[in-house]
Amino acid sequence: MKKLLFLFLALPTAVWAAGPGVPLDRAPVNPRDQESLQRGASVFVNYCLSCHAASYMRYNRMQDFGLSEALIKENLLFAADKPGETMQVAMRAKDAKEWFGVPPPDLSVITRSRGADWVYTYLRGFYRDNGRPMGWNNRVFDNVGMPHVLHDLQGQMVPVHRVEKSADGVEHKVLDRLELARPGSMTLAEYDALVGDLVNYLAWMGEPAKSERMHLGVAVLLFLGLFYVVAFYLKKEYWKDVH
Amino acid sequence: MDKLLNWVDARFPLSASYKAHLSEYFAPKNFNFWYFFGSLALLVLVIQIVSGIFLTMHYKPDAALAFASVEYIMRDVDYGWLVRYIHSTGASMFFVVVYLHMFRAMIYGSYRQPRELIWIFGVLIYLVLMAEAFMGYLLPWGQMSYWGAQVIINLFAAVPFIGEDLSIWIRGDYVVGDATLNRFFALHVIALPLVLLGLVAAHLVALHEVGSNNPDGVEIKKLKDEQGKPLDGIPFHPYYTVKDILGGVVFLMVFAAIVFFAPEMGGYFLEYNNFIPADPLKTPEHIVPVWYFTPYYAILRAVPPILGSQFPGVALMGVAVLIFFLLPWLDKSPVKSIRYRGPKFKIALTLFVIAFIGLGILGILPATELYTWISRVLSVVYFAFFLLMPWYTKNDTVKPVPERVTK
Repeated sequence: MKKLLFLFLALPTAVWAAGPGVPLDRAPVNPRDQESLQRGASVFVNYCLSCHAASYMRYNRMQDFGLSEALIKENLLFAADKPGETMQVAMRAKDAKEWFGVPPPDLSVITRSRGADWVYTYLRGFYRDNGRPMGWNNRVFDNVGMPHVLHDLQGQMVPVHRVEKSADGVEHKVLDRLELARPGSMTLAEYDALVGDLVNYLAWMGEPAKSERMHLGVAVLLFLGLFYVVAFYLKKEYWKDVH
Repeated sequence: MDKLLNWVDARFPLSASYKAHLSEYFAPKNFNFWYFFGSLALLVLVIQIVSGIFLTMHYKPDAALAFASVEYIMRDVDYGWLVRYIHSTGASMFFVVVYLHMFRAMIYGSYRQPRELIWIFGVLIYLVLMAEAFMGYLLPWGQMSYWGAQVIINLFAAVPFIGEDLSIWIRGDYVVGDATLNRFFALHVIALPLVLLGLVAAHLVALHEVGSNNPDGVEIKKLKDEQGKPLDGIPFHPYYTVKDILGGVVFLMVFAAIVFFAPEMGGYFLEYNNFIPADPLKTPEHIVPVWYFTPYYAILRAVPPILGSQFPGVALMGVAVLIFFLLPWLDKSPVKSIRYRGPKFKIALTLFVIAFIGLGILGILPATELYTWISRVLSVVYFAFFLLMPWYTKNDTVKPVPERVTK
């Protein structure tokens, strides 16, 4: 245990040095764009939900962005019987671990831990790497276990490297950018828009109460503003005879 | 109505208590901005207790269920998200308010004779509050909850001879686990709040026994009118109740702005890693305590291990907190308030504030060689403020203190 403690105290130094160097692209998150959320939900249910659960999210919560319960039941309910159920997956964690090396994480609050920008950049950062068991690697998540599930939409990207000299004069090959080698069924711009919708949905799912929170916040601050005026004059009235 | 009141008063000192603590408790009339934080601390305490009670109704203190139950509160409980954000924001704001309250005592000498016991009760409240916050932070059972607790409990393992057994006794297991979560829950919702309430009561009783200090550091009880009321005193109620309501509203505006528009506060009030469920097999890359502990964390990391033992750092961190107890006896100045103190104290206090905030920032940053050296310098400044205090307060050039309070 003492060694463990020692390790923790020394740890942050080592880790910071290996921090992520890839600049993140800004995710087009807009919780007011209901159509984007609906498209994103459809992508999520069709592509992500086969392996990733969102076990704190109930299907019928999607009514918050304009889907009716009947519509949810008809179009989005693949892995559950009732709209009140949470988004679970049929895949067993043990199998998943065998197939991918790690069980796919639950995505309910993924944008709250990783950030929407990271997820947006990650989902657009897959490239061909035959050295990996699944044949895919990722720009922002080196040696990731997840294959490029959306490659039939995006197509296949290949890495372009550049040579960089570090301070001590040693030359490194670093990943410069990705290039489209074999097009998919979408153009890259269409694919970016699709991932944008998906990330918008994921961000919404991370905190479904967010827009209610903002609304209520305005009302609460307005009330406190009025209360301030009352409290201010009350105090002034009482204190006028204190010299 | 009068009959009822007489009936009660014959059996319970209702009117007498009301007079003693509110309508005829005379507080100095010159309280300024810094004097809001005492009543605000009480307000936050009430907010934390009430929101905590509602969270307890839905939270499950079980390693397999805890994380999910928090998300259940955030999604499926009516206004559960609001109650949870109020509680998480309240935890951080408690420390904001308490740190400012302690700073007030330091600038106006509120800990000086005859208020040493008020100060001691206050430091005890601060200690219990740290324990309360630390244990509460484990309950969401995220990665930071888990590994933060793991690191802090391991500090006890650095104690010579008994350390290893001590840390196992605290955890109830060889690693942080279900047993730890259960006992932290019990301590967080019952034991420590009870102690806290008792200490707050003692803090207030002691305060009302000797009376409040003020920005001038003069004793208002020395000069009384013919009815025995202090010349510079005004009844707490209604004067300070209406004033504290005003302060409370302003505070609640800040509080609400955080709760509704920035509940994560950029990762400082709710850390991003804590949205990943606790995983005993996966150590996060960067373990940082919550911001209110980081000054002490920086002191801990600043001390190099001696003979392979981390104990000196752990001990120094403990001393850094406990040294506050000694303040009333380290301060030898003939005056209380900073208004009449000389340059030596003012410089010392400024350096202390820089050291405390600086250490707080360094505790968040990675411990690079440069940062560790800065932490060492600031730690020396931190302790020098206390240890050299008898010298620089005695030899300072002070200004004459007026008879009565000034505007």
